[in-house]
Amino acid sequence: MIGVIQFPGSCDERDALQACERVGQARMVWHEETELDRIDGVVVPGGFSYGDYLRAGAIARFSPAMEAVARFAAAGGPVLGICNGFQVLCEAGLLPGALLPNTGLRFVCRQVAIVAEGSDSPFTAELGQGERLSVPVKHMTGRFFAADDELDRLEDAGQIAFRYAQGDNPNGSARDVAGVTNEAGNVLGLMPHPEHAVDPLTGSDDGLALFRAFERQPAAA
Amino acid sequence: MVKAKVLIRPKQGILDPQGKAVERALPALGFDGISNVRVGRLVELETDDPSALDSLCEKLLANPLIEDFEVELEEEALS
Repeated sequence: MIGVIQFPGSCDERDALQACERVGQARMVWHEETELDRIDGVVVPGGFSYGDYLRAGAIARFSPAMEAVARFAAAGGPVLGICNGFQVLCEAGLLPGALLPNTGLRFVCRQVAIVAEGSDSPFTAELGQGERLSVPVKHMTGRFFAADDELDRLEDAGQIAFRYAQGDNPNGSARDVAGVTNEAGNVLGLMPHPEHAVDPLTGSDDGLALFRAFERQPAAA
Repeated sequence: MVKAKVLIRPKQGILDPQGKAVERALPALGFDGISNVRVGRLVELETDDPSALDSLCEKLLANPLIEDFEVELEEEALS
């Protein structure tokens, strides 16, 4: 069973749930839930959790569900954070770096090409190094930042999962980084939205590859 | 109760596009010779326990990866 965390202010949780249901069973996990019973994969979806009134993702990290997600991630469970979910995971310290307001100061909503970097993560296991995916971005606070020495370290450790294709960086992210993993690889966060690219009807189903990681996950006891 | 002000600003070296936008607008308004504009935010609060403020800032009010903060304690607030 895949759990999709639902905060007040989430707005992509239904698409995420629908994407998960293409690869298995899934249910919403309300932000006040304190245990992830029988959950064997987690999606932290996009939106504006708790309004993002202080800083994107800053308040959601303190929710009971996120404390459960932190324990789940520490035990090696697969966690996929998309857009606001990525911001929440960074704020929670489950992923390196931080997301800053877009360099252009505008909300960006468009299809972008991202390139898989051959990271060692269940979410990118199907993707060869250099494989291109077409997925949408829609965000105002998507500029990935980490200090230069930290970026070097992430590159050396294979923790850069995705970069924007050359010339397609929509937000000024450092070194075109679109998605990163934690050291163990079981937590992935990215700003583009694979859950909006799971059906050819919407122009691309490239995003489905990430969700198939949940198919290969042994069911929780 | 102690009144406190917490000043939070983008770390040096991190691009602050909001500050740049303000800076670019100034010459058109007749304000010349202004540079290095950076925009942060100020949080005012009252607390029983000022010793917890640093921890509060690190955990919630600021993200130490991208922001610096300064805590300034003010006079005793009237209760």
